Amino acid sequence: METSVDKVLKPAPLKNGAGFNSQKTPETVSTNKRLKRSHRQIRAENIFRRTIMIVAVATVVLVTGIMVTLAYQSRLSIQSAGLGFLWGKVWDPVRDIFGVYPFLLGTLLTSFLALIISVPFSFAVALFLGEYFPKGWMPDLLKNTVELIAAVPSVIYGFWGLAVLVPIVRTFESAIGVDAIGQGIFSSSLILAIMIIPYAASLGRSMIQMVPSNLKEAAYSLGATRWEVIRMVILPYTKSGLFAGVMLSLGRALGETMAVTMVIGNTSLIPKNIFSPGNTMASVIANEFTEADHPVYLSALIELGLVLFVVTVVINMIGKRLIKGVTK
Amino acid sequence: MSVAIKYRIGKSTVFQALVMVLSFACVVPLIFILIYILQAGITKINWHFLTNLPKPVGETGGGIANALVGTSIIIATASVIAIPFGILCGIYLSENKNSKLAYWSRLCIDILQGVPSIVIGIVAYFWLVKPLNGFSALSGSVALAIMMLPIVVRSTEETLLLLPDSLREAAYALGMPFHRVILKVIVPCGISGILSGVMLSVARITGETAPLLFTAFGNPYLTTDITKPMQSLPLLIFNYATSPYNDWHDLAWGASCILLIWVLLLNIFTKLITRKWKVQL
Repeated sequence: METSVDKVLKPAPLKNGAGFNSQKTPETVSTNKRLKRSHRQIRAENIFRRTIMIVAVATVVLVTGIMVTLAYQSRLSIQSAGLGFLWGKVWDPVRDIFGVYPFLLGTLLTSFLALIISVPFSFAVALFLGEYFPKGWMPDLLKNTVELIAAVPSVIYGFWGLAVLVPIVRTFESAIGVDAIGQGIFSSSLILAIMIIPYAASLGRSMIQMVPSNLKEAAYSLGATRWEVIRMVILPYTKSGLFAGVMLSLGRALGETMAVTMVIGNTSLIPKNIFSPGNTMASVIANEFTEADHPVYLSALIELGLVLFVVTVVINMIGKRLIKGVTK
Repeated sequence: MSVAIKYRIGKSTVFQALVMVLSFACVVPLIFILIYILQAGITKINWHFLTNLPKPVGETGGGIANALVGTSIIIATASVIAIPFGILCGIYLSENKNSKLAYWSRLCIDILQGVPSIVIGIVAYFWLVKPLNGFSALSGSVALAIMMLPIVVRSTEETLLLLPDSLREAAYALGMPFHRVILKVIVPCGISGILSGVMLSVARITGETAPLLFTAFGNPYLTTDITKPMQSLPLLIFNYATSPYNDWHDLAWGASCILLIWVLLLNIFTKLITRKWKVQL
């Protein structure tokens, strides 16, 4: 279509004076100029359209490239260990044994523990801002402060955790009579719990605000108290939205690297309880990637990255699908 | 009032109190962290700290000039890569809402938003560090640019979708070609939304450490060559915070303080912009 327009507006035939006598009148000169300009504009327009299309294609290529790179670079490890990689209980790079069960366990423990701690707080903030006090300066302040929690760099959380939280946890551990190490799964869960509050909170708030007010008013007119309205109207209505928020938080927690690396204690042993030190998938990669001195070791770390990539992408996609379902 | 009703009202009040207490409890750790970092860091910051290189172990003093310069260069390079790319992609997505390519591109941006930063570090290592035979600031910038991309694309797309169609139609009716409608009418109208997306993405990558671990790598000396390893603030904090030396901890506290103030200022500034122009992100 564009090419036919191109042909029609091409100034070339006019240059020869076809259709007119060969003498150039002032009008033909100005039409000629105008047509030339249109032609230039149309060319620029086509270039622009093509550029933005190429950029959009490039995003697809970029993500495909990421997946292909991870899969290709982990081929050595996939070949040598196969699926046993996932439940091998020993990680010993010196003897070339790569089992990531300790890290899987560490990742799941820290993430779910963090989720359990943070969800009540997130939902409280969501209810506070979405239902109890939607307007005013104080809720505004709370909203902005909670959003700032997500803005603080994770390395700063890690440093603070190392300097302040770990000694506190250590005292707590010696008080309840377990090995007082301080660094470990429990400390990292606490840090993670703080870090992931905003994700479920801000999504939950917008979901709760979307509950139609006639539903709530109907419940109030039947004599329901506020708590009953929340439990019987708001929660059932926003169920999947709140769940999506929890999913996004979980995705964050699984992929979080620096803060966890700094406070988890970094051992490749299977954690005995929630207070013992361990490692997560992300923290192993961060710690050992530059030390990996032979190809299989490196490839095993990349396979860990691949697993992490797939898990976080799946969880994020579930969350995004749920949000789409609710908002449509 | 009967006992049952009193019980129900009581339960409601208790729940409300619980919600309020838990909500405000969220803020407590943040305030603790802010106060602690500011207290520990602010005393370390002075002119000497900002303009000198870190001293080797055992010598007191020293500064973080290399990290400040390095962070600025890495972020500037990442922005140069990601901002034009992200804005163009956002324009494509908002102009071709229903095309097949837009669907796939949107899906990829969604995926990219959820990818853990450390995985992007691995990928950048294989794309740039290995082929070029050495760690470089450029590879770090590329990793950070990939992290910026989804935020810039999303904010551009959503801002442009909010603009009324009449604006576009008026421009077309005047005979403007497509690229001028976009660049001279649509983008300037949505510039505040795009700008806040850009600032948000810069704030986000400023604190990113994980993708830099195996790309920019860190460097105890001052360098401005982006093909060489380069120090950056978050990397410096990570390396010095996990070291056993007190002098290095002091440097890390000062660096944390600067990083924190910078990131918070960027965020607050973005909030002000969005409020002034009434953009919803």
